[in-house]
Amino acid sequence: MNLTKLKSNPIVWILMVAVLMAVVLSFLSPFFMTVGNMTNLSKQVSIVAILAAGQAVVIISGGIDLSVGSVLAFSAVIIGTLIKMDVDPTLALVAGLVAGTFAGWINGMVITRAKIPPFIATLGMLGIARGMALVITGGVSHPVLSPLFLFIGNSKFLGLPIPLYFVLVTFLVVGIMMHKTVFGRHVYAIGGNERVARLQGIPVDRQKVKIYALSGFLAAVAAVVMTGRLAATPPSVAQAIELQAIAAVIIGGVSFVGGRGLVITALIGALIMAMITNGLNILGISSFYQQVLIGVVIIVAVWLDNLKSSNR
Amino acid sequence: MAKPDPLVEMRHISRNFGGLQALSNANLEVYPGEVLGLLGHNGAGKSTLIKILAGAETASEGAIFINGHEAHINGPNDARAYGIETIYQELALCGNLDAPANLYMGREISNWGFLNKKAMKEETAKALSRLNIRIKSLDTEVETMSGGQRQAISIGRAVHFNAKILIMDEPTAALGMEESKMVMDLTVELKKQGIGIIWISHDIHEVYNFTDRITILHGGENVVTAPTKDFTEDEIVSMIISGRPVERAANEEA
Ligand SMILES: Nc1ncnc2c1ncn2[C@@H]1O[C@H](COP(=O)(O)OP(=O)(O)OP(=O)(O)O)[C@@H](O)[C@H]1O
Ligand SMILES: [Mg+2]
Repeated sequence: MNLTKLKSNPIVWILMVAVLMAVVLSFLSPFFMTVGNMTNLSKQVSIVAILAAGQAVVIISGGIDLSVGSVLAFSAVIIGTLIKMDVDPTLALVAGLVAGTFAGWINGMVITRAKIPPFIATLGMLGIARGMALVITGGVSHPVLSPLFLFIGNSKFLGLPIPLYFVLVTFLVVGIMMHKTVFGRHVYAIGGNERVARLQGIPVDRQKVKIYALSGFLAAVAAVVMTGRLAATPPSVAQAIELQAIAAVIIGGVSFVGGRGLVITALIGALIMAMITNGLNILGISSFYQQVLIGVVIIVAVWLDNLKSSNR
Repeated sequence: MAKPDPLVEMRHISRNFGGLQALSNANLEVYPGEVLGLLGHNGAGKSTLIKILAGAETASEGAIFINGHEAHINGPNDARAYGIETIYQELALCGNLDAPANLYMGREISNWGFLNKKAMKEETAKALSRLNIRIKSLDTEVETMSGGQRQAISIGRAVHFNAKILIMDEPTAALGMEESKMVMDLTVELKKQGIGIIWISHDIHEVYNFTDRITILHGGENVVTAPTKDFTEDEIVSMIISGRPVERAANEEA
């Protein structure tokens, strides 16, 4: 690969920012680059990163999914409630995944059949799924002490925490889907110009239902990791996390208009956000500033992106 | 001159959008190896008529016959299965994708859902070079290409999938003179191969020199269908505006 091609590659820029941040933070605090902190960081990033993978696909298709935090809670509550009823934990896990996928499928059906814009449809689901989680549990959090979930939340494999493997597998599979399959090609076409896609015979509605079902499924995967880490399933878990997932995608440089961007950059975007939180924590700076800084980073990231595309 | 059987016949097509009657009882036929000019003022129903043929709209009433058999076209893929390819003026390509992705959009070469990018790229290169279309790189987004290059890709796509009927809705409207000429040269090439072409344009001079027959619509109804050279350019213009056939020509034909 030659230099100009390297420079225009969207991964290069965002990766440089991430590496730069890591270097600066490790100079500022000797604690940053320790194994303990890195393990911590990768656990912190895992939930948002998994959600961001699904969100990236949705945003590339020209849509948005505001419901992922609520769907996560809904799936987690299904898992917790089933385990409390002495259902086999593996079965409960599968049921949780099915529940999340189902919620995403409903999103897709509402968007394509009832022609409700994604923002509104998933805003509705944000309320519905959270409400269902509260109704099912009566607002109570169930402890989940099954070995399966404790393993997912707390064990390591080859020195790396298990949630990290969830993240890596998620991005690997979603990356292959987006760049090697017909489905991925259709996602980019729909995001690029939906009417053209339709006129060229792409089954736009069917693909959109798949896209939102995928986002729901990944919310459920995040719920599995979350349940393992918390060893409980509080129905109020992961509130407003959808905004972090969207922020990760945007910081990663995925175009909000759709049709452009790489899913993998959302992972780096999530990492950058986690490093801000983590870095300010270990530097002892008030967490109030974290929100300010993340807000600034989002705006600057998009601004830089605009600059890049205007001198294209 | 004994005419061959028509490739396409659209019979008694009506279409209303709510209260608006965009087409009423419109007819159209295309023969192999001819360019049919479809004319009419803005809003006459030209695009609606060809969208019905292309599967992008559905008729409220009427029937379509292809090679003499009734065809049921319920979507773009049905139309393509009949060999109908369409070049929409503005809606032809996805700007964020490269030429091969656009050429194969909706009918990607794949195994088990996995794209065969290499095959698509090679086939695209072949298809474009067969038409003498030169494009710097097949990897660039089509958004960065000129209007003529983009139109050439759309035409390349239609030809590559063995169009028998090619619909071109204002294919030269956004193009410069040189690029228009390129598109028309390509079209003449296709005509020689026996493809039936429907050509929509507001450029009367172009239509007069380029088409074999014309069909004029006015307010969604047929005004006249005749060989182009039965009329003068001025007569055609006046029929488009007035919506009434010119008397003299009708007498001559009888
Ligand atoms: N989807 C739609 N919904 C409502 N009305 C429509 C729709 N499509 C077309 N029309 C109406 O139908 C009529 C015919 O439109 P059409 O696009 O076929 O005209 P046209 O002959 O192609 O005109 P132009 O030369 O301007 O392209 C117009 O009055 C238009 O407003
Ligand atoms: Mg039109």
